[in-house]
Amino acid sequence: MNNDDRNPEHVAQFDIHYYRYLDDEGVLKKQLPQRLDNDETLIALYRNMVLVRLLDKKCIALQRTGKMGTYPSTLGQEAIGVGIGYAMQKSDVLAPYYRDMATQLIRGVKIKDILLCWGGDERGNSSELSPQDLSSCVPIATQVTHGAGIASAIKLRNEKRAVVSTLGDGATSRGDFAESINLAGAWQLPLVVLINNNQWAISVPRSVQTAAQTLAQKGIAGEVRCEQVDGCDVLAVYDAVKRALESAYEGKGPTLIEAITYRLCDHTTADDATRYSPPEGLKKGWEKEPIKRYRNFLHQRNLWDEEKEADLYTQCEKQINEAVQEYLDTDAQPPETMFDYLYEELPHSLNEQREQLIAKTRGGA
Amino acid sequence: MDNSSPAELTMVEAVNLAMAYEMRHDENVVVLGEDVGTNGGVFRATDGLKKEFGLRRVMDTPLAESLIAGISVGMASQGLRPIAEIQFLGFIFAAMEHIICHAARMRNRTRGRITCPMVLRAPFGGGIHAPEHHSESTEAIFAHTAGLRVVVPSSPIRAYGLLLAAIRDPDPVIFLEPKRIYRISKQAIEDNGEALPMDVCFTLREGTDITLISWGAMILETLQAANKLAESGINAEVIDVATISPLDIDTLLSSVKKTGRCVIIHEAARTCGVGADISAQISERALLSLQAPIKRVTGYDTIMPYFRNEHYYMPTTEDIISAAMDTLNYE
Repeated sequence: MNNDDRNPEHVAQFDIHYYRYLDDEGVLKKQLPQRLDNDETLIALYRNMVLVRLLDKKCIALQRTGKMGTYPSTLGQEAIGVGIGYAMQKSDVLAPYYRDMATQLIRGVKIKDILLCWGGDERGNSSELSPQDLSSCVPIATQVTHGAGIASAIKLRNEKRAVVSTLGDGATSRGDFAESINLAGAWQLPLVVLINNNQWAISVPRSVQTAAQTLAQKGIAGEVRCEQVDGCDVLAVYDAVKRALESAYEGKGPTLIEAITYRLCDHTTADDATRYSPPEGLKKGWEKEPIKRYRNFLHQRNLWDEEKEADLYTQCEKQINEAVQEYLDTDAQPPETMFDYLYEELPHSLNEQREQLIAKTRGGA
Repeated sequence: MDNSSPAELTMVEAVNLAMAYEMRHDENVVVLGEDVGTNGGVFRATDGLKKEFGLRRVMDTPLAESLIAGISVGMASQGLRPIAEIQFLGFIFAAMEHIICHAARMRNRTRGRITCPMVLRAPFGGGIHAPEHHSESTEAIFAHTAGLRVVVPSSPIRAYGLLLAAIRDPDPVIFLEPKRIYRISKQAIEDNGEALPMDVCFTLREGTDITLISWGAMILETLQAANKLAESGINAEVIDVATISPLDIDTLLSSVKKTGRCVIIHEAARTCGVGADISAQISERALLSLQAPIKRVTGYDTIMPYFRNEHYYMPTTEDIISAAMDTLNYE
């Protein structure tokens, strides 16, 4: 195995394992995870993936017609958000990145709030429905550090809860990721970090990002349990996150999960992936995409048919259209609210600027 | 210790006293940073805290400033009140993304749903012959960032009272400790948990002829200059800004309206220093009260020299007197 004539002593050895339940065609390759052995949940996973895909399409349409701002699509990555969302308990904490709409929806954030957020209105992040979760935000990998801090608070208080923090493949190149993984191992934090490895950081492919064979192995240096899953297999994502959370609840520390997907969309609506993304990669990505294979799986179990499919699309479209209307009907925030959440109380020194803005925007004297 | 008379403490001991007081009274207060546990901090600001409160609440972190600030944000988002030590202000730059992009704006981003009640303490300033990156005064960077409070004590009493206020504040506070005066003098401090307000400047010496505005370690030279001026019959008012941001401009304006003359003194570089903004605000609001142009006595717009030459960088008592005399003699 080793041609080193210095005769080294064996010190440590590591392996990375890959998990999947469904193959690309949706054929179940092993026994279902016990927790998923009920038809209701199996169908709910599908419903949520479809809802997210349709909402994603609507978001892009809203952006293209000037009704929303720059938006990061989740196309092809729906299984990750839905898998995480169903694995987490309400009392857990989500520290998401900006492509986690699916998880946020399952955790209670309203579609209207997602639209407000990408429509340039901070109130989209104020949903009291998931009060302890962080909101989505733009900086890369910093949410993993926040996740480590939240996990530290949970551990300090001896609570049986855990944190899930997500990031993209490019974000694993940042110091914040490495620092947090290191801390999570050192302090045995109840933290689950899930990498959505969709192969692209805007235009930079995974192969340029790092020489590491897997992103999962980046946990090894911090002695963090790590594994790879098929991120287009919602059963595999659900199971990996559920197991990781249960370990965390039991005081067994952090887990790093690399979920392999393919970004079937532009990075955001401000991007044009045809400039760098080869068509053959996209074609292969579509062959593995999560929704079609999962529908096949449900068909095989006699849980789904064309009528149910049609009903589901009708329901989702109705739900989305109502939320879009609610979003479009939302009154604008008064401009002076830019002052109102800087501090608990507005410092005296800022009163004058606030009054000036009010006078200017109300056409005052 | 004799309970009847309060202990005479240095500034760094006062910092320690405030943290210990608040940790005893609020179990959500935790301390974290590099070497803050067993070692008690490189300046001993956290000395004894680990012994009293245990390693769950006094955490030696890995050597990573971004991590320290970032986990503080995470802790604060869930209702803890972390006090994080950045070993020297010159090491804080790795943490800036968490400070500017998260701590300062979490409340705003979430429309008040999540807040960041955290304190980042950092020793700063020159004059102790430290290596490179240990001596700069970069408070203006934080003052330029909305959503933060920037506080600089200049005496043991103000260190105790202002740090208590900072820990109890519902928003993030950058608490900058002028390490040159960490141990330069002692004051009797009653450990009664009484905070000082973070929204006012402190008038340290009343006067009628000229207003001297400063903060941090330069308060020492500024008071010396005022005493010297008094020997010449000049009655200088000395104001310790203390909270750099948000700024209590009203106290400064009333003083300048009274004296008609103003010198601003800070150790930080001149360009875009906090003195520039104070000067601008006084010009905007009290121009007609001014009998002379505002003068600034500051560090140079250079990189802080290695320590053999750092004394050339730092403003001196003579510089302040000279600027005051120019202002007083202006025609």
